[in-house]
Amino acid sequence: MSALLEIEDLAVSFGRTGAVRGTSFTVERGETLSVVGESGCGKSVTALAVMNLLARGARRTARAMRFQGEDLMSLSDSGMARLRGNDMAMIFQEPMTSLNPAYTVGSQMTEVLRRHKGTPQRLAIDRAADLLARVGITAPGLRLGQFPHQLSGGLRQRVMIAMALMCEPKLLIADEPTTALDVTVQAQILRLLAQLQRDLGLGMLLITHDLGIVARVAHKVAVMYAGKVVENAATAELFASPRHPYTQGLLRCVPVPGKIKRDEPLGSIPGTVPRVGPDFEGCAFRERCSFADATCTQDIPRHQAGTTHDFLCRLPS
Amino acid sequence: MLQFIVRRVIVALLVAATVMTLAFILTRLSGDLAVSIAGPNATQEDIELVRKAYGLDRPVTTQFFDWAGRAITGDLGESYFFKTRVSSLIAERMPITITLGLTGLIIALLVSLPLGILAAVRENTAFDRVVQMVALLGQAMPSFWLGLILMITFGLQLGWLPISGTGSWQHYVMPGIVLAFSAIPALTRLTRAGMIQAMGSDYIRTARAKGLSRASILLKHALRNAAIPVVAIAAVQLGFMLGGSIVIEQVFALHGVGFLAWESIGKNDFPVVQAVVLVLAVIYVALTMLADLMNAVLDPRLR
Ligand SMILES: Nc1ncnc2c1ncn2[C@@H]1O[C@H](COP(=O)(O)OP(=O)(O)OP(=O)(O)O)[C@@H](O)[C@H]1O
Ligand code: SF4
Ligand SMILES: [Mg+2]
Repeated sequence: MSALLEIEDLAVSFGRTGAVRGTSFTVERGETLSVVGESGCGKSVTALAVMNLLARGARRTARAMRFQGEDLMSLSDSGMARLRGNDMAMIFQEPMTSLNPAYTVGSQMTEVLRRHKGTPQRLAIDRAADLLARVGITAPGLRLGQFPHQLSGGLRQRVMIAMALMCEPKLLIADEPTTALDVTVQAQILRLLAQLQRDLGLGMLLITHDLGIVARVAHKVAVMYAGKVVENAATAELFASPRHPYTQGLLRCVPVPGKIKRDEPLGSIPGTVPRVGPDFEGCAFRERCSFADATCTQDIPRHQAGTTHDFLCRLPS
Repeated sequence: MLQFIVRRVIVALLVAATVMTLAFILTRLSGDLAVSIAGPNATQEDIELVRKAYGLDRPVTTQFFDWAGRAITGDLGESYFFKTRVSSLIAERMPITITLGLTGLIIALLVSLPLGILAAVRENTAFDRVVQMVALLGQAMPSFWLGLILMITFGLQLGWLPISGTGSWQHYVMPGIVLAFSAIPALTRLTRAGMIQAMGSDYIRTARAKGLSRASILLKHALRNAAIPVVAIAAVQLGFMLGGSIVIEQVFALHGVGFLAWESIGKNDFPVVQAVVLVLAVIYVALTMLADLMNAVLDPRLR
């Protein structure tokens, strides 16, 4: 059986900016792949490229991009619309602005179910109320009748999560889904997602800054830097033996367990992510890397460090 | 919501009071009314008689409060020329003007909403640029000139539409188009700008992420938000159209309120002129208030 989501060599550019430059990964059914990396590494752009929701002016190419074996690159707009919200759903990084100010929570949640499953409004409302309760919203009946501006950021984020789950998607793309939530609610939502994963085989692409969450829920991790996946590994292996200097830098900056501060930026590697062109040559990390030498400006080979572990660095394994 | 309405009503009343004062002052700026009414061949004695008969010998403030006091109760005085109640004169002519204004508004919306939406969807294409250029040209075209062109082409040469009078709905088509023309550029541009802004917003990305149909994304999610400012301007434009009917009714010989005002100016029938200005202004104020209320209905954040 084909994988849930397979991506080979995805590239996205905005004019002279190479936001994503050849990214490959696979998400299996019932599996969580976490994408980590500093701000501006191309995590959101990767997610939006899968959904084909990139802003105007973006150029998207890929050797292959398949969802349940279906080629997403050649899929028509209507074919994509049939999948979106139904088989693949997305939670956006911007919870404050992602709901339509003109419609109630209930109307926005139920329309997706009516659209894809033809569910009658009365039943759709029941499902929406049930999901709101499951993401920890008290008095869901009241919330369904409210408009987005009447809800706090945390509530809006939970509405977005519940809305993404309305049609029981097979793939959930979640871009920083719990940033606006307090720790207890966050734990409740992560439990809910884990349960859906067990019950329905939900596959997840989870983008987060929070390595604590990664350690708890991700089966495998893709570390992104300047538009490239620089290291791929199973979660335990990545934390135990990171191979790429960038990954090592990120992990070195993780605070000691028990003292983990939430919402802190990943790591504190000196310097910032450079903006590079789509045809940038060599390793984009070289300005910040203490192992860098002249060969880092050339083509970098991908090394295998195990059957499911690879990294992109001139240093051999 | 109630507080919102009360606030808007108070503002509207203040504006109406100001307009009343202005309408009164303006008719008096044209010179000595008694002289104009009495006519060119009148003697000084005649003029004094007229002045007494019409109460123009009283202090201006007394005249104002007398007139304003009556106007508030709906008594707009008597026409010097028609010798009937001004209020019944206006009531008789108003349906024509309102029909004309609404026809103009409906035509304007039927043209500018689709044009604006299409231009936004095809932003920066040739279609978009043509729409913007036509909107610009439309704004520069004087309405009486457009009226005459239409009349000559469709009325006289092709004979498709009647060129004057109010006998049937066909009579309203050409004047309606002319009135609409003045509103189309602003409404089109506003629709286009609103749609472009909405289509680039995060909630439209959400709507697309839900796999909604193109029609639902454009009309239910984007237009609903883009329409909020359009509604306000449409109401204001309807006010302009009712005022603009003074010229159009003249061109197409529609005997509405605008035509009445025109006639009365020529005849120095100043109670009528004063009243028409007042009534149109009050309608205008009411429309702006209505626009605010409709905004509140469309935009939950204002409730
Ligand atoms: N619409 C756009 N137009 C131009 N450039 C863009 C656009 N969206 C993203 N980019 C660029 O693409 C790069 C990757 O952005 P992306 O949003 O994917 O980062 P990210 O990894 O999600 O960061 P964060 O952790 O802050 O969310 C950045 O350099 C950004 O400036
Ligand atoms: S390729 Fe060179 S610069 Fe890049 S991570 Fe490896 S050693 Fe550092
Ligand atoms: Mg992001």
